[in-house]
Amino acid sequence: MSWFSHYNYWIVIFLMMIGLYIVICRDNLARKVIGLNVFQTSVFVLFISIGAVRGATAPILAEGFTEYANPLPHVLILTAIVVGVATTSLALALIVRINEAYGTIDENQIQAKDGDG
Amino acid sequence: MLAVTAIALLCVRGLFVASMLTGIYSLLTTALFVLLDAVDVAFTEAAVGAGITTVLFLAMLSKVSARHNDSSTLNFQPLPFLVVILTGALLVYATRDMPEFGDPQAPANLHVAPKYIKDGKKETGVPNLVTAVLASYRGYDTLGEVTVIFTAGVGVLLLLGRKRRRTSGESGEE
Repeated sequence: MSWFSHYNYWIVIFLMMIGLYIVICRDNLARKVIGLNVFQTSVFVLFISIGAVRGATAPILAEGFTEYANPLPHVLILTAIVVGVATTSLALALIVRINEAYGTIDENQIQAKDGDG
Repeated sequence: MLAVTAIALLCVRGLFVASMLTGIYSLLTTALFVLLDAVDVAFTEAAVGAGITTVLFLAMLSKVSARHNDSSTLNFQPLPFLVVILTGALLVYATRDMPEFGDPQAPANLHVAPKYIKDGKKETGVPNLVTAVLASYRGYDTLGEVTVIFTAGVGVLLLLGRKRRRTSGESGEE
């Protein structure tokens, strides 16, 4: 077993950790949503790379092909992408509301205003 | 390349630049999905990830006035960085038990996928297996997905609609 047979997982983990770091370290709420998106995409890539089969083709039945990639992860990720957009839109709507209520979308400033009154 | 864009996303100033970079990031993900034989997923990611998400971000930015545009550089914080590195190291350690990339004998490829590939055409009459599984075998998932989207839509309308009633005449998106 060679070391490079797992590089797809390493890419996924790298992207995931960047997303996590953005979520933790950025005070701007919109930035946090972007970080969540990056994290989410890394999970998509994980599932799709699990479904990939060496020497296979896209899972559309056709003459002359016998090896197909696993269609099940594709279906799950299709659903997940659409749900991800739904949650992103909800988060962005929340940001707009927070901006109306507090006049800022910076986490520290929001907490400071909460502390005042 | 995806990793480079992600790092740029981490470091870049200005929300507008960041949301544009999100679109580029989605596009690169789409290319990766095509390489991994997931054409249907690539379609969806291109339309939804690169398209709608960018539009949503731009709509949000137009609502949130530009003076809050964060121009703060990323100041290095050691404790979260340590947490992130530790988590990443643990996950890398865990991949030692995972099957190799593209292994046809991986557990994920042995359970129901062969049945879908063998009987899918006969049982559903759709040559595209992703469509067959999505609409036929796992139709309830899709129903649940529609429910989630409906709930999210109602949530967005509730969050943004109240303001519109209070200050009438303002045009809202969504």
